[in-house]
Amino acid sequence: MADQVKENNSLIVSASPHIRDIDSIPRIMWGVVFSLIPAGIASTVVFGYYSLYIVFLSCLAAVCSEMFVLQLRKLPVLSTIKDGSAVVTGILLAYTLPPSVPWYVPVVGSFFAITIVKHTFGGLGNNIWNPALAARAFLQVAYPATINSDWRILNPDKLFHNIMKVDADGKLLDAVTRATPLAKEAGAETYRFAELLIGNVPGCIGETSAIALLLGGFYLIYKRYIKWYVPTCYIAVVFFMAMFLPPRVATPWANNPFYHVFAGGLLLGAFFMATDMVTSPLTKKGLIIFAVGAGALTALIRFYSGYPEGVCYSILLMNTATPLIDRFTKPRLYGSKIKKV
Amino acid sequence: MLSGEAPIKIMTTHQTSRLKTFVGGIHPEDDGKHLTREKSEVTAVVPKTAYLLMGQHIGAPCKPLVKKGDIVKKGQMVGESQGFVSAHVHASISGKVMDVVPWPHPITGAKSPAVIIEKTEEDSWFDDGEQPVAFEALSSDDIRRRIQAAGIVGLGGATFPTHVKFTPPKDKTIDTVVVNGAECEPYLTCDYRLMMDKPHEIIQGLKLVLKCLGCKQAHIGIEANKEDVYNLFKDILLNDPQIKIDLVEVKYPQGAEHQLIKALLNREFKPTQLPLEVGAMVINVGTAFAIYEAVKFKRPLIQRIVTVTGDGVDNPRNFLVRLGTPIKQLLDEAKVSPNISKVIFGGPMMGIAQGKIDTAVTIKGTGGILVQKGAQQWESHACIRCGRCIDSCPYGLNPSELSIICEAKEFSLAKESGAMECKECGCCSYICPAKRPIVHLIKFAKGEIVKQKAK
Repeated sequence: MADQVKENNSLIVSASPHIRDIDSIPRIMWGVVFSLIPAGIASTVVFGYYSLYIVFLSCLAAVCSEMFVLQLRKLPVLSTIKDGSAVVTGILLAYTLPPSVPWYVPVVGSFFAITIVKHTFGGLGNNIWNPALAARAFLQVAYPATINSDWRILNPDKLFHNIMKVDADGKLLDAVTRATPLAKEAGAETYRFAELLIGNVPGCIGETSAIALLLGGFYLIYKRYIKWYVPTCYIAVVFFMAMFLPPRVATPWANNPFYHVFAGGLLLGAFFMATDMVTSPLTKKGLIIFAVGAGALTALIRFYSGYPEGVCYSILLMNTATPLIDRFTKPRLYGSKIKKV
Repeated sequence: MLSGEAPIKIMTTHQTSRLKTFVGGIHPEDDGKHLTREKSEVTAVVPKTAYLLMGQHIGAPCKPLVKKGDIVKKGQMVGESQGFVSAHVHASISGKVMDVVPWPHPITGAKSPAVIIEKTEEDSWFDDGEQPVAFEALSSDDIRRRIQAAGIVGLGGATFPTHVKFTPPKDKTIDTVVVNGAECEPYLTCDYRLMMDKPHEIIQGLKLVLKCLGCKQAHIGIEANKEDVYNLFKDILLNDPQIKIDLVEVKYPQGAEHQLIKALLNREFKPTQLPLEVGAMVINVGTAFAIYEAVKFKRPLIQRIVTVTGDGVDNPRNFLVRLGTPIKQLLDEAKVSPNISKVIFGGPMMGIAQGKIDTAVTIKGTGGILVQKGAQQWESHACIRCGRCIDSCPYGLNPSELSIICEAKEFSLAKESGAMECKECGCCSYICPAKRPIVHLIKFAKGEIVKQKAK
């Protein structure tokens, strides 16, 4: 909107305030991209450079889709692309995919995330669901075979190699197929705590290395791009529910709260997805309700559903509830209902 | 007071976390105060021509008492207040009245009558004043009458006539006078300068206020970035049980009535209410000083300290400025650079940007002139719901939602959502990463709501 008017003697006349904070949308978005780098490096080590290729494809598809939609909507293309929000969506989507997905899966996913989830609701700031997570849910339905099975990981002596390399019979050369840490099937293995921390366990591209994710998460908290209490409440609820809920399938780790925190996508979800500003409530109270709700749903899905992991759906469900939470957690007008000391 | 005694050293250490404050607010990393802070010299500026607007206060404009060709002397009343909420205007220089014409007001932008005086006479007072009076002899009404005669208004920027403020409704009692020495607005140091130079006078003025209101205690709030002021006052007030002084956290808008009262007295009242609701009254240090001058020497309000600062001037400093001084003269004194892009009356948070430098003149409420060279302009984006505006709003509003409602021109909904409670402090716009002109939108909606109500 035109809130600035140039007068004839070229002094700018605009409404106060005349200074603004240094933080802007591009700064925040590129900050998030920066914070995702450690997880990217960890994935390149344990899943090989193919995962980097998937991340790159996903980003490229996201940026191209964004440009395409902006062109359709007759909005400024270049200045909007530079804000980095499409890149964030691209990276986050790639991080929720298995390391051995075919190239077209992230491309289709990113296209869906940007065009359908983000822009049909009005673009950045107006979308109801986290684009990356909604796209991940879409891909889970669209490509169930590739998303839900075939969890590969490079052999420890073949780090940085190609996870897709096969011999003439289609047998994996550098990688093996193993069950994910949270798999509830018979014969699924339990991973050691150190492995979960470093991340050399099967899983989605960006979710396995707890250390890398915590590093990025703490950076975001330090920069105040995310509120510390969102991941804290989210993780704490999963932790305590995992301790006390009676499991449906008795696995050795079923009631080990630490295992539940460090295995699977909880850290990625708690630090990078649930903290998405656009799709979470506005006030502190609202955000805590949101985080607690997401934590409870995650634990319930992990314990009592057919899926091993519940982070994605729990956050999407809480995204849906966000307008409702906002309605009931309005800030208190100063001076009204003064608390008695 | 204690001038004969040796100053007593006060502990200068304090814990930042223990400082009194309020919830919300912002603090810019670079508050620009360093530009003028250490410049202790205050240059007096006497203009060749003074443009005295008849509406330098909230309330009805004055009626001009002089006409073209009259000779007036410094301190002579040239505009008589009309109605109850109004304050006299006095000649700030001695000379000949050139004209009485409508002149653009630097805050409202509308033209209002102004008395234009050209300096032709020697700079001497209209009446030589009396011998300083003994305060003990003055009654509460005497003090109020002298304040009224001097045309004093709230010098913190609100410019509400002080004698009206000091006539509270009969059913309200004021137990504490809160003194705003916070100067939370970035870049401005005029109050800092005054507090450093005239601490005794400010305290004397404050005592007059207490007497006038029949009030027993006062509480001064100083932002922690002015610890030298705090120590200075603490020394003077050492044996004074009546006046308390506290450091408050460096945060904008710490000096606003609601926030200062919350920090010092821990009392809350609604944004639409006056401090009277909680038995308090806030006065600015500049006002206290003006009251001292008015009561003690019968000097009307004709000058004040103005900070001229920003990257657009090479020699930023504080000036003692006569009312009605064209800012062009101030900018020249401060060595203004040729390519400036923005001139702001007041500070960067709530100041009013001026369209023309040629016609802008200082008024009673002008505490600062901020000159920006490469004034940034921001492109606004849709709200990304980060919630920072809500965290920063000192009044518990939802600026994010309000700005969207106001942008959609849903004025009745805006009113329901608390648009009228907004004090336009600017924290939300400042902090917004999407650079939304939130305050601008709310101001616009408030104007429309008032218009609809008038119909």
